[in-house]
Amino acid sequence: MPASDPANPQPTVVAEGLTKHYRVGDKQPGLFGTLRHFVKRKYRNIEAVREVSFTVAPGEVVGFLGPNGAGKTTAIKMLTGLIAPTSGRAEVLGFTPFDRKPGLLRQLTLVMGNKQQLMWDLPAWDTYRVNAAVYGIPHDEANRRVKAFAELLELEKELTQPVRKLSLGQRMKAELIAALLHHPRVLFLDEPTLGLDVNAQTAVREFLRAYNAEHGASVLLTSHYMADVTALCERVIVINHGRILYDGTLAGVVERFAPYRQVTLDLEQPVEAVVLAGFGEIEEHTGQTARLLVQRAALTATVERALSELPVLDLTIGDPPIEEVIAKLFASGEEDQDDRGYPENQENAEKEAAA
Amino acid sequence: MSAGVAAELSPRGSRHWVRVAGALLGVWYAFMLTYRFEILLWMIATCLPLIMMGVWIEAGASGLFPDITAVSVARYFLAVFVVRQLTVVWVIYEFEWHVNSGRLSSYLLTPVDPAWRYVTMHLGEQAARLPFFVGVVALALLLYPAALRGEEGEGWWVPSLWQVGWFVVLTYFAFFLRFLIQYTIAMLSFWFERASGFEHLSYLLFLFCSGMLFPLEVLPTAVRELLLWTPFPYLLWFPATMLSTGDVELTRGLAVLLGWGALLLALNRVAWRRGLRRYSAMGA
Repeated sequence: MPASDPANPQPTVVAEGLTKHYRVGDKQPGLFGTLRHFVKRKYRNIEAVREVSFTVAPGEVVGFLGPNGAGKTTAIKMLTGLIAPTSGRAEVLGFTPFDRKPGLLRQLTLVMGNKQQLMWDLPAWDTYRVNAAVYGIPHDEANRRVKAFAELLELEKELTQPVRKLSLGQRMKAELIAALLHHPRVLFLDEPTLGLDVNAQTAVREFLRAYNAEHGASVLLTSHYMADVTALCERVIVINHGRILYDGTLAGVVERFAPYRQVTLDLEQPVEAVVLAGFGEIEEHTGQTARLLVQRAALTATVERALSELPVLDLTIGDPPIEEVIAKLFASGEEDQDDRGYPENQENAEKEAAA
Repeated sequence: MSAGVAAELSPRGSRHWVRVAGALLGVWYAFMLTYRFEILLWMIATCLPLIMMGVWIEAGASGLFPDITAVSVARYFLAVFVVRQLTVVWVIYEFEWHVNSGRLSSYLLTPVDPAWRYVTMHLGEQAARLPFFVGVVALALLLYPAALRGEEGEGWWVPSLWQVGWFVVLTYFAFFLRFLIQYTIAMLSFWFERASGFEHLSYLLFLFCSGMLFPLEVLPTAVRELLLWTPFPYLLWFPATMLSTGDVELTRGLAVLLGWGALLLALNRVAWRRGLRRYSAMGA
């Protein structure tokens, strides 16, 4: 198994056959459904994470990708010790996370874009003071660390005003300082840029990159913004329906899941969609420009045919953007044989939305 | 792990915990001060002992109860009011919300048991409440000065140093016992969505058995003796009587109080460990 992988002799994070089942109430809508649910509870078993195995090496930044309800957050909850796995093994820095030993908690952090640890009515500095005490960081050292982080994130006077008065971007930055004050060696980042504007996203991304460079921390990152993933991760793990679909380099995702290339055509005169459809799957078509997806195997033949049959001004060939590959991958995951006969994906998404 | 890192991460013994407690207290005090108006309202909502004082002064004066006088119940209920102000516990509502919303997660991820935060939260609130209730006690004494100077034949109310010392100790014991009772019931949040329902039940027992509505002296001896084996009298009656007359069986009281404390602590830790296995960290 990965733990004995000679390339990564001592992984910081190990998931081995990690599985989590939830029991959730199943109530039909309406008064009748409510009454029936009251008299006779019906439950359903949700397999949120199924037999997930991977490792993360020291200093490695891994993107954890998957649609809503794929099981990413559940896996992270198990790896941070918030919930107990139904079966399988989680290990972080040699500890079993669910034991919540102080030795592990002092070296680990979890940042969630939709949750906060800062005290809402007080300035962020008050939370830092508590964290400094809790993690046993001397006063001067804590001051120095906060200053250094704040400088990188371009925060300063914001740290002494109540957290509720901060903008979403400022709050996330202030959260990051709280989460990293103890210089953790393992970072779990669940949608750290959720809802932030482009500038704030970039700032957070750059900050995480700088932290990783300086401290060599292992990072497991989930994000719906592919820019986060492409900027920070060399490696991605794609998960859907609680199972790992892919674990490898970012470039490899395109290789493996995009057996087609993107052909962009500039045309001399408009060509009808019906005609273009004969060359490949139309992604975009606006009069004289068109973007087609063409199977790799048929690329040469298709390009030759297009050049001879269409009024082509210019033709470029490239890889489809990673976002599209991932989106297609998730869409195809829906068709994946689902042996349980119910759309788990949707249910989990609802569960996450409700929370 | 390198030796340097290991040294930096080692636990720091008692000084470390004093610092943690100090930081938490300071921050919660600041937090509670932002709610000072609400605290004033909460305090008014816990003025039941003063209302009971009014009722029982009449009853005491009527001579219906041979063991009590108007002055003795006035002193008793004033003491009850003070104990009550220092033992208000609401951890169950906070905890229930934290479990159901997943907010408990951020507490679970730091190397300090969440109970530290909940206890210091209450102590911070007490500190914020202090100026208000001192004012109320002063006002009550102004309105009923007899409580202080006594009627004819009764002396001034001057508790001995010994009484005051034990009153303070017993009041904080009462706080921790009340906290343990409620925090243990709060663990049911892991199994039921609304554990506070059970708290309402326990509050009813508290109301009738703690000496909040009547001094336990008015009960038949057998009933009172029975009650003294339950935790409830130690939440109000025991410390309050220590201040008002000092006429309590200290040794037995301490033994029962600490016995219940130890039992609840054990129960609490077992429920905590089992409950965490059921925690689903919703939303996070």
